[in-house]
Amino acid sequence: MNDQPGRAQKQSGLISMSPVKVFGSAPFTNVARVLLCLEEVGAEYEIVDVDFHAREHKSPDHLARNPFGQVPAFQDGDLMLFESRAICRYILRKHRSTDGANLLREGNLAESAVVDAWLDVEALQYDPAMHAVFVQHRVVTALGGEPDERVIAESVARLRETLDVYEARLTTRGYLAGDEVSLADLSHVPYTRYLLEMPYGPPVFGEFPRVTAWWERLLARPAVRKVVSMMGGGSG
Amino acid sequence: MAPMKLYGATLSWNVTRCVAVLEEAGAEYEIVPLDFSTGEHKSPEHLARNPFGQVPALQDGDLYLWESRAICKYVCRKNKPELLKEGDLKESALVDVWLEVEANQYTSALTPILFQCLIRPMLGGATDQKVVEENLEKLKKVLEVYEARLTKSKYLAGDYISVADLSHVSVTLCLAATPYASVFDAYPHVKAWWTDLMARPSAQKVAALMKPPS
Repeated sequence: MNDQPGRAQKQSGLISMSPVKVFGSAPFTNVARVLLCLEEVGAEYEIVDVDFHAREHKSPDHLARNPFGQVPAFQDGDLMLFESRAICRYILRKHRSTDGANLLREGNLAESAVVDAWLDVEALQYDPAMHAVFVQHRVVTALGGEPDERVIAESVARLRETLDVYEARLTTRGYLAGDEVSLADLSHVPYTRYLLEMPYGPPVFGEFPRVTAWWERLLARPAVRKVVSMMGGGSG
Repeated sequence: MAPMKLYGATLSWNVTRCVAVLEEAGAEYEIVPLDFSTGEHKSPEHLARNPFGQVPALQDGDLYLWESRAICKYVCRKNKPELLKEGDLKESALVDVWLEVEANQYTSALTPILFQCLIRPMLGGATDQKVVEENLEKLKKVLEVYEARLTKSKYLAGDYISVADLSHVSVTLCLAATPYASVFDAYPHVKAWWTDLMARPSAQKVAALMKPPS
């Protein structure tokens, strides 16, 4: 069960094929990112909720899984991982045979590097701008405060600058890292889903037709549709 | 084979992140400095290398790459794959985890401190001590996690050095140039890990590059 013909990877220790566990629920963008990869490769998994209201994320049990007290954490047999993009890479490598899209482009030096670059752009440029808007619009208001419109305006401006580059990129190829979808594209899904639900999102995206078309191509993927639904509390 | 070209100023910790890995991987490369004061990073030439107009960018033949950690991984895959452990599912996952931790937890707490202490004064501004204090507290919480981790293994991903450790070199050298370098003193395993890293020729090369001209 661990020996997949043609797989070049050696595995230290027994890799379990029983369902993996994802700690944290789908509405969390970093959890949703991991669920996208699991759905794309058709892996069996179970979601174990972490009760933030009860401060379960700071409990000794959860800190043993994720020492930063965050979600997601991920368990595969006796391997415990955290940091969503690291978990994603693990899932895609483990299930290389059912990852039809080769979402990491491993095995190709140049292409895998370009996937890495766009994944870092998502993490370090796209996400922070989205996160700032999300915090003001959803979290601050949920806690009874007023959104800081100046922060929102600055973040939207940063997002526009970033999307300018995306629009140019998507003029010459269908996806960020090339003509086929990769983890870099999928990683954008969770925050984009929330952005487009906020009043700021659609007008900004409306200025970028190729970015909009790219988003619609991603939404056409069954795995993406399922996770987007799960993020809203649906079962997919 | 022509050497790889790394574009950017050696004052930038994102540029020197790559230098640590290029050196450790034994890659042939040259640094091509860019002049921010003339807006060279926004020139059409540079935007063709890095469409976000940032540094570093790497040129290898007709491949242009950007984002320092993506560059680091490419260099490792090409020249020293054992720094990534990509043939091993578990070990490569741990390298990825701790490289993400460096970016999302360690450097994200450190960068505001470096900006306030090193960059703002250079731009004629004043250090915002409140920002420094807030981020020092965050950094200490991160160092507590590192201390616990490094009690169990010699390096972050395991008993093998990896790109995850090397990715810390440039930013931590910058911390040494602020008044807050002693924050490591309370974490003996972290301090020992750092001392070991600093002894490596690759780290020494970065330290030499980052010395301001006298």
